[in-house]
Amino acid sequence: MKSPANTSNQDLVLAYKYPWNKITLGIVVILICAVSGVAVGSVHIPITSVFLILFSKLDLFNESGELTSAWHTIIWNIRFPRVVLALLVGASLGISGATYQGLFKNPLADPYLIGVASGASLGATIVFLSGIPFTYGYFSLLPVASFCGGITAVFIAYLISIKSGNTHLSTLLLAGLAIGAFATAITGILMLRSDPDLRPLLSWLMGGFIRAQWSHSILIMPYMIVGVSFILSHSRILNTMQLEGYYAESLGVNIEKSKRILIVSATLVTAAAVSFSGLIGFVGLIAPHIIRLLWGTDYRTLLPLSGLTGAAFLILADLTARTIVSPIELPVGIITALVGSPFFVYVLLRTKGSTIDGY
Amino acid sequence: MVINLHNVSFKYGNMNVIQEITTGFKPGELVSLVGPNGAGKTTLLKLLSGTLKPSSGEIYIYDQLSYDLTPKNRAIWVSMVPQNPKLPDEISISDFVMLGRNPHLGLLQWESKEDFNIARESIFLTEIDYLSKRKLGEISGGEKQRAMLALAITQQSPIMLLDEPTSNLDISHQMKVMKIIKKIHEQKSEFGVTVLAIHDLNIAAQFSDRILLFSKGSIAADGTPKEVLTKNNIKSIYGSEVTIITHPEHGTPVILP
Repeated sequence: MKSPANTSNQDLVLAYKYPWNKITLGIVVILICAVSGVAVGSVHIPITSVFLILFSKLDLFNESGELTSAWHTIIWNIRFPRVVLALLVGASLGISGATYQGLFKNPLADPYLIGVASGASLGATIVFLSGIPFTYGYFSLLPVASFCGGITAVFIAYLISIKSGNTHLSTLLLAGLAIGAFATAITGILMLRSDPDLRPLLSWLMGGFIRAQWSHSILIMPYMIVGVSFILSHSRILNTMQLEGYYAESLGVNIEKSKRILIVSATLVTAAAVSFSGLIGFVGLIAPHIIRLLWGTDYRTLLPLSGLTGAAFLILADLTARTIVSPIELPVGIITALVGSPFFVYVLLRTKGSTIDGY
Repeated sequence: MVINLHNVSFKYGNMNVIQEITTGFKPGELVSLVGPNGAGKTTLLKLLSGTLKPSSGEIYIYDQLSYDLTPKNRAIWVSMVPQNPKLPDEISISDFVMLGRNPHLGLLQWESKEDFNIARESIFLTEIDYLSKRKLGEISGGEKQRAMLALAITQQSPIMLLDEPTSNLDISHQMKVMKIIKKIHEQKSEFGVTVLAIHDLNIAAQFSDRILLFSKGSIAADGTPKEVLTKNNIKSIYGSEVTIITHPEHGTPVILP
């Protein structure tokens, strides 16, 4: 036992420093990943040409005659929009994964594993196949439909875990699994009954960025900005919400209201991502856990850094997916699952005992 | 009155846990709730803290109906130390104690230097400074109890409710913790109230201004320690014969089994 107050340990410093240096590091890592993502592909383009093409848009070089227009198209219309979409989707999944984990006090919650992503993709598929025109300039119905599907799925999963009398980790995951399987089955039926000409378009459901266009990034941005803003504004509250409900409430947290805001925001962000990238699992699991292991559990640090980690991870996963068995492209969901499943098992083993069911 | 209870009852299913209690707590009172297991001490604390809602009757806190209070307003007025809550393992002690500032912060506001100083003081006061970098999952039950007390002190609310704050402590820490509670109470005695549920009658006698003796959900006796802790009361409520002497230093009753 140390001696009483004010005689020792005067060096105890309490403070919270916003992780600007880590965020800067994250942005640098993302830039490196992004440049690699743009530079590497089945068509070999020398790195100097890549930079020349990138800068040519800025009108720095006008004598780009020797750069073939084919390279220009590959960089600007195929690889670059794809990298940017992967970045946005990765960031969305990383942040929403961390949010679901905090909300449900469940280290294994992931937009894919709790059924939100499957619900969202069912929503998008229904609109896609219904024949309703869904793109109006820079507005698309797809994210909205995804959101409706996703929010339905998460509420059902949540209600099941409450109704069953325990908000245990396993209950939520099993409910999510059931809902996800159901939504996927309906999606499958809808696809089989659909116009065969439309089916190739639905390949996005497999999870990937093959059809990535600049417009997709622009279309999901508003949803991301709104959702992420709400989530980040609640990051300090999320810390308090790690206590049991009544305890957090005794510290002034309006639990029901905060939960609603966070569920809606995280689902909005997930749905926007799913509506253009399909089902990509485990990003929302891997990214927050890497940050937790490295820098602790304060959500003010965890949320932004999970977003950056998710972005970097998904850019690299997509790069791997399109080059590993080139010229064939794998769906990126396969790569994330290959990395993510062992990670899932690792987290499961690491959090066994009290934290997993006893929260 | 700081807190007023009017005909407050509470039922778990068909069981009456609290039966038509009417009482009040004056500014500056340090009140102990004592009584056998299941007499309703913890339930009454939970009703006061807003964790439970009365089945019937009203509770007023500073003349406002308790269940009309927003969580935030309630947290500014009332802090509590629950008994054996499940706590997240991964949070450090200093971060945990900092959560006590939550009611004083707006949504987009983060802790100021002053907030950190308040937490730092309560960490030193409760002598958990040597633990501050450890995680909740790594410390003992008694240490957790002191961390929760530090959190409640950091909250700086005039009303403090404590459920068995010394149950996991050794005798030296029991006394230390009770002295801290008394000290904090005296610092805000103008308008503050401290209510604690406690098993140990001798601790209750030594530190309280007033004792409520509970039996089967009702108040069986209410008054100063001397008035309440009598041979007859203890015989009729606990069913055991005891000898009562006067503490040579404090003049308070001491119960010998």
